[in-house]
Amino acid sequence: MTETILSPMSLLAELTHRCPLQCPYCSNPLALEPRRNELSTQDWISVLDQAAEMGVLQVHFSGGEPMSRPDLPDLIRHAVGLGLYTNLITSGVLLNEKTFPVLVDAGLDHVQLSFQDIDTANAEHVGGMKGAQARKLEAARLIAADGMPLTLNFVIYRENADRVPQMLDAAVEMGARRVEIAHTQYYGWGLANREALMPTAAQLEQTTQAVEAARQKYAGRLTIDYVTPDYYADRPKPCMGGWGRRFINISPSGRVLPCHAAETIPNVAFPDVRHDTLAHIWRDSPLFTMFRGTDWMPQPCRSCDQREKDWGGCRCQALALAGNAAATDPVCSRAPDHDRVVRVLETLPAEPPPFRYRRYARATDEVG
Amino acid sequence: MTTGLTDDSVIRFARGVRLQHDRVRERWIIQAPERAFIPDPIAAEVLKLVDGTRTLGQIVADLANRFAAPVDVIGRDVHVMVSDLMTRQVLVA
Repeated sequence: MTETILSPMSLLAELTHRCPLQCPYCSNPLALEPRRNELSTQDWISVLDQAAEMGVLQVHFSGGEPMSRPDLPDLIRHAVGLGLYTNLITSGVLLNEKTFPVLVDAGLDHVQLSFQDIDTANAEHVGGMKGAQARKLEAARLIAADGMPLTLNFVIYRENADRVPQMLDAAVEMGARRVEIAHTQYYGWGLANREALMPTAAQLEQTTQAVEAARQKYAGRLTIDYVTPDYYADRPKPCMGGWGRRFINISPSGRVLPCHAAETIPNVAFPDVRHDTLAHIWRDSPLFTMFRGTDWMPQPCRSCDQREKDWGGCRCQALALAGNAAATDPVCSRAPDHDRVVRVLETLPAEPPPFRYRRYARATDEVG
Repeated sequence: MTTGLTDDSVIRFARGVRLQHDRVRERWIIQAPERAFIPDPIAAEVLKLVDGTRTLGQIVADLANRFAAPVDVIGRDVHVMVSDLMTRQVLVA
């Protein structure tokens, strides 16, 4: 093994899979973790201590809906005390004039607030929750009024792709400093709903143009992060900046993963913060070492001049599309399985099928 | 975008942005919403003087004194750097 092992920069803390919304593009796995399996407050405190010690700079509290966890303010306060930059990734439906000041007092640095659409009826159709949009708008108002930096997140899919210009204007009106125009990534529930969500090539072109226009119009006022659907690309994305290079994901039950979709990888043990140290898991666990660097790569990656730029693309996508996590990401036009991506795009239905909503397999786990 | 900077402008970090020493990697970093920038050594020296009370002129004078460099040269460089960091939403004046 000749790979240099870097210190992780960023920790995604998925505190819970519980969420009042049911978005059909959710990045959570299809098998959602019930509350009884969630890590305790003390487990998370230990994770934060270890992460800071290893060199993590930013912690992203996510879910599910992280505000479903009553200990969120305590975890934020603890992370702030360690010098970690704290980011809350939230749907905003639980963020109100009672709950938000507690997070401000805890020292929260930043909020990323998601919207399913700028059109209320479609947003609530997609999120599966009546009244959600008004709560989100109120959340945005409270955050902007406080002065805390706000990023809006819009996941883009077939039904809302035509409204990107309005989303960008609304972001400025809401006082957001940043906005993510993020085309759906096809993992978890997003993959299960791919035929309903995938935009057309013409829609992709229009969203790209809308982003370019808004970057001119709002220069210096609004930073736009634009994420394209990689099925339409020629080269794969450098997923997570490379496997086990910068990023750690902790699942609600304490599994330590190189990305949020990695629980799909077969034939490997998933390390657990309750049974091992984060540093040992990062450095030595089979899951983190199996695709780190370039030694694992097949052709054409192994001799490709892009191998340390895109790191072979996404392992979970290789698994989902080619049936082999160690294959070249089929998104790459040089990949042996690239025709599978082409076929998905060529066979998109004229009318999108109904959504399969994000739900717990057992209804008893859904609440509480 | 014009930033309207003068020597009397008081410079501070935008809310949610800070300069922080990364002791694991032994370097200064700018912590910002969902990203961290690595300032070059000169930018780090400038940013260490940004405390929400010093003016641009005071920051320039301090640097010119410490690095024994002409005030007008340092002033020009710092002005360009601060303007750039304002358009990137790191600093406000």
